[in-house]
Amino acid sequence: MSRREALQATAGAVAFAALPLPAQAADSAATPVPPTQTLPLEVTVNGRVHQLAVDPRLSVLDMLRERLSLTGTKKGCNQGACGACTVLIDGQRVNACLALAVMHDGAKITTIEGVAEGETLHPLQVAFIEHDAFQCGYCTSGQIMSGLGCISEGHASSAEEISYWMSGNICRCGAYPGIVAAVAQAAKEDRT
Amino acid sequence: MRPFEFQRAASESEAIAAAAAGARYLAGGTTLVDLMREEVETPEKIVDINRLPLNYIRATDEAIVIGALARMSEVAANQDVRRLQPLIPETLTEGASPQLRNVASIGGNLLQRVRCPYFRMLDAACNKRVPGSGCSAIDGLNAGHAILGSSEHCVATHPSDLAVSLVALGATLSLKGPRGERTIPVEELFRLPESTPHLEHTLEPGELIVEVHVPNGPYARKARYLKVRDRSSYEFALVSAAAALHVENGIIKEVRIAAGGVGTRPWRMNAVEQALVGKPAARASYEIAAAVSTEETRPLSHNGFKVKLLPATIVRALEMAGDVA
Ligand SMILES: Cc1cc2nc3c(=O)[nH]c(=O)nc-3n(C[C@H](O)[C@H](O)[C@H](O)COP(=O)(O)OP(=O)(O)OC[C@H]3O[C@@H](n4cnc5c(N)ncnc54)[C@H](O)[C@@H]3O)c2cc1C
Ligand code: SF4
Ligand code: FES
Ligand code: FES
Repeated sequence: MSRREALQATAGAVAFAALPLPAQAADSAATPVPPTQTLPLEVTVNGRVHQLAVDPRLSVLDMLRERLSLTGTKKGCNQGACGACTVLIDGQRVNACLALAVMHDGAKITTIEGVAEGETLHPLQVAFIEHDAFQCGYCTSGQIMSGLGCISEGHASSAEEISYWMSGNICRCGAYPGIVAAVAQAAKEDRT
Repeated sequence: MRPFEFQRAASESEAIAAAAAGARYLAGGTTLVDLMREEVETPEKIVDINRLPLNYIRATDEAIVIGALARMSEVAANQDVRRLQPLIPETLTEGASPQLRNVASIGGNLLQRVRCPYFRMLDAACNKRVPGSGCSAIDGLNAGHAILGSSEHCVATHPSDLAVSLVALGATLSLKGPRGERTIPVEELFRLPESTPHLEHTLEPGELIVEVHVPNGPYARKARYLKVRDRSSYEFALVSAAAALHVENGIIKEVRIAAGGVGTRPWRMNAVEQALVGKPAARASYEIAAAVSTEETRPLSHNGFKVKLLPATIVRALEMAGDVA
């Protein structure tokens, strides 16, 4: 068993085992099997409409990365355990790795690439830089998307609340204090 | 992931017909897609039920009624649920992560599959995945496994937090299948592993969970959920307890207790409840009664700690419930 397999085997039992590893399709180990079906799909990603024909097995995450070349959204565990793949679907934060694209025909998706206004960073992006809220940066796009959800849900009024409501995002570098401070700052700016 | 045929159901009858013909229901997908990717689950047909009008929450004087497609986060945030059944939001918010709760449905939550690591390891023996292949957990790493309801064929715990609280609250399920409609207590949804651990629930082929009814019993407002785990969020329970109390003049009139993390299904603590009725709502009574919870426990090599943790968790949950004004 490889290190990755060992991690994946235990990830279901203990979420922390599934930390961001170098992105690699978990499916790649198995022999590729051709699809039995191809379905039409329309999604709006960061304001742009895309019409695609997809294998029903395609996840929203792989659709973004492989089909739309939006690689800002990261693949950590591919099991719903790390949060690196967090995007907003119809305004709500979700794990793109566990969502099949065909479940979201007609959806509006926002990824990290759609957060800034042109060259102007979103206040949460600015806050991440100001608070040094990352080290390697692998979890960062998921943290920011999750942070946007956390703030809009109204779960960012104290450091304790932010920690609890950001716990679906694992940071292997342990940048948590900076992440919590950045979300707190952006939430405060949002309220004023 | 193995290829499968995908169908979107526009009506309940269409969904039920597809499922009766062998398709698997797909709700939030947070259990099913994960296990399909691991090839632990290999359905040939999938019927997406997300467009069925089962995403509702209704409050009446007698009960809270939750559609099977209501999402964990929606139910947890619902004002009627928070007021009439505070145990449910507390329990839901203790489970999974905010992202998962935005997607995970109430029906899917009850039917989520075990978190035993060997269940997901295709090269390990597992009677639940491959009947007759053996159980790797019995002589393996079993600290997270069951001390109640296990058999020599499977010792995995049921992972749902919500199911524990619904069992405590005496909730029922409305089901619709190819042979019509019926209602069952949530407790009767779950089977013990016995010699057939691959059979986990009592739904008939094609049966759809339509909604959950949670009666507003006199104990519903004085109810708490305590989840003990290796870290304080985003982790499954080692031991959990839901406790609901109806107290008059300091005396326990009625009490409901169920435990999670210990049983092969959510475990109602009938004997503990019986030992509490008529007793003062105080720690001394809780301790005497909770001691009964371990009577039938059968610990494995690594999970003996649960035998101590179970009564302690029950006592704490009862104290927390007792403190609710
Ligand atoms: C990393 C991680 C951590 C988690 N932590 C927790 C936790 O701490 N506590 C907890 O309780 N849960 C936890 N979960 C589990 C999560 O709550 C479940 O995966 C989720 O609730 C399943 O709901 P779903 O709608 O996504 O189900 P799906 O994956 O869509 O379906 C699950 C099963 O139910 C069947 N099904 C779905 N709806 C119906 C219906 N209406 N009628 C009949 N059959 C149906 C499907 O066919 C499938 O077999 C965790 C999950 C992950 C990935
Ligand atoms: S405990 Fe159950 S799920 Fe785990 S290996 Fe044994 S049979 Fe499989
Ligand atoms: S990649 Fe880890 S949660 Fe999706
Ligand atoms: S994982 Fe490296 S910054 Fe979070």
